[in-house]
Amino acid sequence: MIEARGLTKRYGDTLAVDDLSFSVQPGKITGFLGPNGAGKTTTMRLILGLDQPTAGQVTVNGKRFVTLDQPMHEIGALLDAKALHGGRSAYNHLLCLAQSNNLPKGRVDEVLQLVGLADVARKRTKGFSLGMGQRLGIAAALLADPKILMFDEPVNGLDPEGVLWIRNLMKALAAEGRTIFVSSHLMSEMEHTADHLLVIGRGKLIADCTVEEFIAANSQRQVRVRTPQPDHMARLVAAAGGTARENGDGTMVLAGLDARQIGDLAFENSIRLHELTPELASLEQAFMELTASSVQFHAGVPRNDDEHVLTGSGV
Amino acid sequence: MATTVVTAPRLPALSGPAGRATFGGAIRSEFTKLRSLRSTYWTLGALVLLSVGIGALFSFGQLQHVQQFQGTGQYSQVAEDARHHAVVASLFGLLIGQLVISVLGALTITSEFSTQMIRTSLATMPKRTWFFASKALVFTVVALIVGEVCSFASFAVGQAILSSQHLNATLSQPGVLRAVIGGGMFLALCGLLSYGIGAMLRHTAGAITTAIGILFVAFVLSGFLPSNWAQHIDKWIPFNAGGAIWEQVSGTNMFSPWTGFAVFCAYAAAALIGGLILFRKRDA
Repeated sequence: MIEARGLTKRYGDTLAVDDLSFSVQPGKITGFLGPNGAGKTTTMRLILGLDQPTAGQVTVNGKRFVTLDQPMHEIGALLDAKALHGGRSAYNHLLCLAQSNNLPKGRVDEVLQLVGLADVARKRTKGFSLGMGQRLGIAAALLADPKILMFDEPVNGLDPEGVLWIRNLMKALAAEGRTIFVSSHLMSEMEHTADHLLVIGRGKLIADCTVEEFIAANSQRQVRVRTPQPDHMARLVAAAGGTARENGDGTMVLAGLDARQIGDLAFENSIRLHELTPELASLEQAFMELTASSVQFHAGVPRNDDEHVLTGSGV
Repeated sequence: MATTVVTAPRLPALSGPAGRATFGGAIRSEFTKLRSLRSTYWTLGALVLLSVGIGALFSFGQLQHVQQFQGTGQYSQVAEDARHHAVVASLFGLLIGQLVISVLGALTITSEFSTQMIRTSLATMPKRTWFFASKALVFTVVALIVGEVCSFASFAVGQAILSSQHLNATLSQPGVLRAVIGGGMFLALCGLLSYGIGAMLRHTAGAITTAIGILFVAFVLSGFLPSNWAQHIDKWIPFNAGGAIWEQVSGTNMFSPWTGFAVFCAYAAAALIGGLILFRKRDA
């Protein structure tokens, strides 16, 4: 269990994490969701004691991480797959980590086998692809049979096979009763893996709920329909309590009814349907809307102080 | 109908009461880190070659110098001078060796920062004082062993060259064994000083430049001091203080071997303490 209370981190003028309080419950996959720059990585660095909080505190299984007797056994973390010395072989990288926590040497071979890097164990890691580096980082996190696993954006930059591998691994680890805390900036990724969600934006907690609750609260059910009788369809949907919007490309988006209801409605009224697609992207939309006000870097919006500098210098 | 088989990897359970982070574990970990990098072997190899090679060249030059006076009235005086400086001539390569060991000392800690390995290291061994101390300890032991190899090998080669004109010193002469052992200790301490600077600056090039500045440039610049200043300041220059131990005979206005060595230890300790304080305090 990870517990944060009033956790705050300020770097100079930037408030990276702003009074965060949450708990990551055992035996579940908790998704840590937020746009880039929302403070996810900073929060994880605070959990591991890499950074000192400006205020508040965070504990791992009841104690501050830096005071733990068995740090690797309590929590295995992968923050950055590139955080290693490229001149060292995969085997020696894991060996030096294992030795610091008095883990048996054989453990290194076990985790290398598990992540599928046994064949390249003696190769220096500077030649590793992103996916291999990610696997090596996960191997390091798994070394001490940890109760909690913490991954920062583990699927970033991975090919579909790698993404699937990590998803399955996380599910298998959670099924063994481990706590998984995984960050992402993609709602669609969390939808597939997480049980619980913590959503942050600009360092502040925006939502703390189950995935189902998040979906129910934030996503409108939308169904895309293509029909030669759009007006008739729209009237029927409106009568059934839904809303209809024509896209102009021959399709229409219906909300308030699910795909089964719409299909039945069309059948009962002899309307031809050429397409009936439940829109799943709406969840991503909901996440975007929820965090829109808290996105740190808006594209194309000039900052006022920059304009002052420009006029001031007579350009 | 084929079903998708999800190959859920299973993590084997950990056997035995393992998984405790200890200082002993940190030492083993740091030794693995040091021995698993090619740069360690390159640097230590360069250290031995340069120390012994330059010591041999310098001894050879000394020999040639004395031979020029053969048959002249000054010969006995020049030869006596050369005998007087036989030890320091053979160990002259340590002047360059100190720079090489400083590179390794700095790299030991700065490479953790430049590669970001530090984050992984501290996420597995979060007790920063243990981490810092175990790294320093492993480095010191390795640097001391290799430093003594350099010092004794330089001495052996240099004296073999000088012995052709009977200009050589032997370990049984007063102060010679102390000077040769001291040469290795001096190298290890140069590395430690640099390690401390590396921990403060967290930047490889910056740390190496600073260490070389303190060890080498300060020594060179001290030659430009007016003599009435120099007699008071010279001995405090790190290289002069630390170098006192590997000279058979103390120079004028210099510290005695052990006093000088103690001063040099104090410089290294200051760098280490400064490094540790900043390392504990700063975000990694």
